[in-house]
Amino acid sequence: MIPAAFDYVRADSAEAAIAALAEHGDEAKLLAGGHSLIPLMRFRLARPEVLVDVGRVDDLKYIRDGGDHLAIGALTRHMDVETSELVQAEAPLLAAATSHVGDPQVRHRGTIGGSVAHGDSASDIPSVLIATGATLVAQGPSGVREIAVDDFFEGFLETALAAEEILTEIRVPKVGGAGWSFQKFNRRAQDWAIVGVSVQVLNGSVGIGLVNMDTKPIRASAAEAALVGGSSAADAAEVAPDSCEPTGDLNASPDFRRHLAKVLTRRALEEAGVS
Amino acid sequence: MSIMGTRVLRKEDPKFLTEGATYTADISHPKLKGAVHAHFVRSTMAHAKILEIDTSEAASQPGVLAVYTAQDIPESVAPAPVMVPVFPPSMMHRPHLATGSVRFVGEPVAVVVAETPAQAADAADLVFADYEPLPAAVGLAQAETDNTVIYEDVGSNTAVDFKNMNMVTGIGEEDIFADCEVVVEHDLINHRTAPAPLEGRSMACVWDDGRLIVWASTQTPHGFRDNLAAVYGLEAENCQVIAPDVGGGFGQKIGITADEIVLPWLSQSLNRPIRWTETRTENLTACGHGRAQLQKVKIGGSQGGQIKAYRLQITGDAGAYTGLGAFLPFYTHLMAPGVYNFPKVETTAKSVVSNTTPTLAYRGAGRPEATAAIERAVDLFAAECGLSPVEVRRMNLISKDSFPYTTPHGTEYDTGDYETALNLALEAADYPALLEEQARRRAQGSVKQLGIGVSVYVEITGGPAPGGQEFAKVEITPEGKAKVYSGSFSHGQGHATTFVSVAADQLGMDIDDIEFIQGDTDLVAEGTGTFGSRSFQFAGSAVYDASRSVVDVAREIAAGLLEANVDDVLVDAEADGFHVAGTPAVAVSWAQVAGAAQEQGKKLMHEGQHHANCTYPFGAHVIVVEVDTETGQVTVPQVVTCDDSGTIFNPNIVEGQRHGGIAQGIAQALTEEVVFDEDGNPITSNFADYGFISAAELPSFKLVPLETPTPHNPLGAKGIGESGAIGATPATQSAVVNALSHLGVRHIDIPLTPERVWQAIVDATAQN
Repeated sequence: MIPAAFDYVRADSAEAAIAALAEHGDEAKLLAGGHSLIPLMRFRLARPEVLVDVGRVDDLKYIRDGGDHLAIGALTRHMDVETSELVQAEAPLLAAATSHVGDPQVRHRGTIGGSVAHGDSASDIPSVLIATGATLVAQGPSGVREIAVDDFFEGFLETALAAEEILTEIRVPKVGGAGWSFQKFNRRAQDWAIVGVSVQVLNGSVGIGLVNMDTKPIRASAAEAALVGGSSAADAAEVAPDSCEPTGDLNASPDFRRHLAKVLTRRALEEAGVS
Repeated sequence: MSIMGTRVLRKEDPKFLTEGATYTADISHPKLKGAVHAHFVRSTMAHAKILEIDTSEAASQPGVLAVYTAQDIPESVAPAPVMVPVFPPSMMHRPHLATGSVRFVGEPVAVVVAETPAQAADAADLVFADYEPLPAAVGLAQAETDNTVIYEDVGSNTAVDFKNMNMVTGIGEEDIFADCEVVVEHDLINHRTAPAPLEGRSMACVWDDGRLIVWASTQTPHGFRDNLAAVYGLEAENCQVIAPDVGGGFGQKIGITADEIVLPWLSQSLNRPIRWTETRTENLTACGHGRAQLQKVKIGGSQGGQIKAYRLQITGDAGAYTGLGAFLPFYTHLMAPGVYNFPKVETTAKSVVSNTTPTLAYRGAGRPEATAAIERAVDLFAAECGLSPVEVRRMNLISKDSFPYTTPHGTEYDTGDYETALNLALEAADYPALLEEQARRRAQGSVKQLGIGVSVYVEITGGPAPGGQEFAKVEITPEGKAKVYSGSFSHGQGHATTFVSVAADQLGMDIDDIEFIQGDTDLVAEGTGTFGSRSFQFAGSAVYDASRSVVDVAREIAAGLLEANVDDVLVDAEADGFHVAGTPAVAVSWAQVAGAAQEQGKKLMHEGQHHANCTYPFGAHVIVVEVDTETGQVTVPQVVTCDDSGTIFNPNIVEGQRHGGIAQGIAQALTEEVVFDEDGNPITSNFADYGFISAAELPSFKLVPLETPTPHNPLGAKGIGESGAIGATPATQSAVVNALSHLGVRHIDIPLTPERVWQAIVDATAQN
């Protein structure tokens, strides 16, 4: 389980990382906590020629109150998000879902930005960002831009980030008092979700993000629309997997995933206070 | 005062908890200085002709010393000795590296040797094997058809049919079910699992003046040595095998594997010490798997629940080459009727080769499969009769006054008290309260239904009859302390605690005054090793024998010093030595005796083999599950087991064995399965995909003790290493089926994945 040879560049700032990416182009990959990338490299499924290590860019490790939102630096570790009183109070869904990422060892190394930028449909955090309507902040050679979460996840391990851009911040709306639920269905505690559901309810508006129900993190748009149209939680849950194209694998067939999405969405809606 | 039965803390643990273990890959011996590193290139095809293997690019990479394929290995490197020689020669004589064709994904086809592990791994990527794909026989159902014959010279995939060797009963002329009112038949799957020790295979070796010195992660250091000595034409004393700390084996490290056999030749041809440590993926795909049986059960009896006849037909998956795994259906046959007093039993058993990883003796090795079959059959029979599975078991158990008991097909059980085990487990689980809770949830139509699974098992340890042997040596040092040498080898079992305790008990010494030596063939003259739950009954008994022999000599010497009759002299731990019975105040110490022995030219040392018959541990497991009827998710809130292993010497050690076994047993039922795709590609090649269970999925276990000593060895001990893995799988399966029985579910195959359980609910609901 030895990765193929690669060059290693340590970036001390976002600007240095962007410069390194610009220099090496497609051959380079960013290394944050390493909990998605390193396993792929050890299996030699990923063979980047250059690793740009941003693990020591301390300016991107923060959780700040941004007024109407929480601003979380991309390199903030899961454990810091999970245990932050600010996150627990103002973005309780995020804090709860984060406590389900991997196991404590993973959460002490892995970062929120790394998890989101990897764009893995099976990751927990993207579903939270979808349910809460988060905004992603990216920085590139031509400056900083904001990307709405619905524009961020583009395909299988593909995001809206350009080759020379890095994710610097995740903005999650402050929603103290909102209803929420995170449902994760897996075989073992530390596994990725076979299916997961994030639900947040704020002033009657419901956001539903699904885990592992398509090639990319996906919004349960049909269920959200059904609720807007006055459907009950149970009826809305029945259309949760509409427009999803889940894959079949060792753990579940596409049909079973669709079934789980319905059950978990109903349970999440009920737990979040939608009847 | 004897320390037998007390909770002596493991002597091994302070080191593991403070310094950590020294595994084979950690060994830094001066003789290994400058060692090179091997990396195997493995087949990516399940079945193919090898047209060409191009090693030129790999050989020219930085740091690479050589790249070898089968044709480079001289004939002087002999085939490995065969453990069980009952199979066609071409199937059992596995080549060291694939020759002519490949027969499973993971089979080594070439080996790269380089200065560093990374250089070897990089170069291995550049070995290009050109294959002509052949149809692959993957899975038992397919292999059994012989549509794809893997060994043309044999002409069939059947490696052995034990009926032809008169080793099983076969199906007779008489219909044994003729007088049965109720007859149930079912096909069962006992799926393939991975032993998955946390330390995989690892080896280092060097030739030292014609002597081969080896460090290896093995369960059987002497067996490892004997294999290498045979392959390389060495006298046993010219091959030293040292097993340092070993991180588990579970049957994967019995004997030696093809990969390990070639390493001394690589070292010899390059004149360098060599190291090799397999990756997790190699361990999960290339080392060996367990279980893998298809079974047909047929069971019959009266409407009132009296079972009269049982038939078990076993087909085992040997994988691509016939190793120990191919022999295990015979073990399943041996234990087929389990704990029940059936008048008539019939078995058939055969093994079939397939284009998958070879199978081996994974924890339980043939007996879990027997228990799973009979326990499932009894549940199905009870359901058909409309009776409680517990009552049907009670009605048919072999009674405790029937021992020694010979089964209708000839296995002789030593001692047992199955009903007491069942009753104790049910009592500890509060079975009536569980039934009440189950009824409550059923009446309420709860989403989470409760299931109660019961299994009663008997297994065979140190078998088959007439049993086995193990070596021990006990010697007293001039200072009056002791050294205990064992031919058995602890790779986690705690020999340094239990064996030393046995010696301490007999020698009347403090356990801290006794040194334990194992795992070095130069230091321990003979040995068999640790597998099949054999160690304590054979090796513990050998330590017991040797200790008593030493005490006999010491008492004579002490009698001389005390000017007393030897018959009146005893060894007494309290008095710290020997004294005449009744007068502990006048004592001579072990040091005094040792000094006198030296003066008298007497040796305070004894060594020898202890031979003993095998034993039959048994027990009952009650496992409670909750099944989420909307998702098929199974959780395990309660596990109660009563496992009898004869006389218990150290409850800590016995409970440790039970814990691990139960966890692996539940894991087989719920999460663990080795899966290949239809082309024979392994898709459970890492711990993300292979469902290795963790503590988070399991509750605390309630372990009820029971001691039914065996007469077969002086310690009264039976094996305990595999019991947990034998009882827990069928109890878990039974629990899940029980949780859904009110919906009409009678059977669900293991592993009980959420989708499979959910599908069973959907199907049952649709039928009603």
